[in-house]
Amino acid sequence: MRLINLKPGRPLALFLVLLPFVAVWVVYAIASDIRLAANPSDKLLPAPSKIGETMLRLTTEGDRRSGRILFWHDTWASLKRLGLGIGISASLGLIFGLLIGLLPIVRSFLAQFVAVLSMIPPLALLPILFIVFGLGELSKVVLIVVGTLPFIIRDLSQRTLEIPQELLVKAQTLGASSWVIAIRVALPQVMPRLSQAGRLSLGPAWLFLIAAEAIASDLGLGYRIFLVRRFLAMDVILTYVIWITILAFTIDWLLRWTSRRFFPWAEEGL
Amino acid sequence: MSFVTVEDIFQTYHNRPILERVNITVNEGEFIAIVGASGCGKSTFLRLLLAQERPTRGEVRIADAPPATEPGLDRGVVFQKYSVFPHMTVRENIVAGESLRSGWGRFFGEQARAARERAEDTLRRIGLDHVAENYPATLSGGMQQRLAIGQALTAKPRVLLLDEPFGALDPGTRLSMHDFLQDLRTETGMTVFMVTHDLEEAFKLGDRVLVFDKPRWDPHDPSRYGATITYDFDARDGGIPYQKLKEDTHVLRANG
Repeated sequence: MRLINLKPGRPLALFLVLLPFVAVWVVYAIASDIRLAANPSDKLLPAPSKIGETMLRLTTEGDRRSGRILFWHDTWASLKRLGLGIGISASLGLIFGLLIGLLPIVRSFLAQFVAVLSMIPPLALLPILFIVFGLGELSKVVLIVVGTLPFIIRDLSQRTLEIPQELLVKAQTLGASSWVIAIRVALPQVMPRLSQAGRLSLGPAWLFLIAAEAIASDLGLGYRIFLVRRFLAMDVILTYVIWITILAFTIDWLLRWTSRRFFPWAEEGL
Repeated sequence: MSFVTVEDIFQTYHNRPILERVNITVNEGEFIAIVGASGCGKSTFLRLLLAQERPTRGEVRIADAPPATEPGLDRGVVFQKYSVFPHMTVRENIVAGESLRSGWGRFFGEQARAARERAEDTLRRIGLDHVAENYPATLSGGMQQRLAIGQALTAKPRVLLLDEPFGALDPGTRLSMHDFLQDLRTETGMTVFMVTHDLEEAFKLGDRVLVFDKPRWDPHDPSRYGATITYDFDARDGGIPYQKLKEDTHVLRANG
């Protein structure tokens, strides 16, 4: 039998899904054990049990100075920046994507400009953003917007252009104006794509968020990681990395679930 | 008295003539079937009737109105595929036939309820009332085309344009679609243009069958000349002409 026709059964599939996770865990545990056996005060690979203790301490005990549980404050600050950034990007991207995709005049006017803009490395703009918008919340949100908006615009305008010409003609023969075609035909058809573009943009958005927080901030997940790096506090860093991964995965899953729930007709495209 | 007038149409894409010197007049209520080889400008002709494109020369007039510059309410259309909105349920698709022309593209309150009720009648008529809540993707090809025709008719166009509407259907479904279309036609008395690849279908459904072909052919440069209407068959009475007395003779009157 050819390899391409070999499909795993359910138990085997589950085993294969779990295998890499377990493998990473085992490799880490062994490596940590070897290092700790040689030097019990080693900080590079803290024992899994140590990480567990740190997790518990970070999520339940308040800061010695302020009494606040910094872990949750960090999470809230970061999620707020991320949500604002992605939200603004998605809204603007949807509007400009539809305009560029539907109106030939706007397409001639903006499509090439957006294509050029999307080539600018957003992190290279970070110093400019800090200078213009200061070191506060605004510059971090703007960085996420600058970093993800061109991609969303290009993706959505492309998707709008891919709407079969037949549907647009049909809508016109039913008397629809350009506005009605935009909100009743094009908008619903690109909404599933918007949630997909949002999911794809989350990776870069986290990257820009953590980069901005690492450089100038006093709260946030990225800020904390880069702060405790000075003390080689691997247990704290690993806790935060695991937490960020869980957050990113959950947001991705939620977006997928929402688009399945609200756009059932686009099932195969999701 | 002609309802649709096509006058001396030429259509050229990038200096390549597709149609040349097309002239035809059609009476209200006639069913025109259009046949011809692939690439002979049938679909181009339909797009010109639809006003999706404008001819290089000549003009198309419907009911003596000035030539249209873009598709509008007076022309309904059904394509081979992508003819219904995939993001609306079957009922919403029918309601859209009425509501898309309004300012927000949808009805509210009392108006919405009335439109839904009318849609219910249409759905019963086209035999889709049992799947009113489904999305088109879950319907068979024949049901989707019935829905597309029902949606087009909801807007009450003056001319219905069909671009190979049954091309992708299996032979059995195709036959039942013929009956469906003929019933609708006797009911509404609408003027219909239908492009098809199937000669039998053309002669079965059409009052007239137009054949598109290239009258001139340059063997060294096949794309040099465009196509035009080379035959205009009378397809009534099973395609056999002269079955009816057109003369109003005194003999018949004396006997009658």
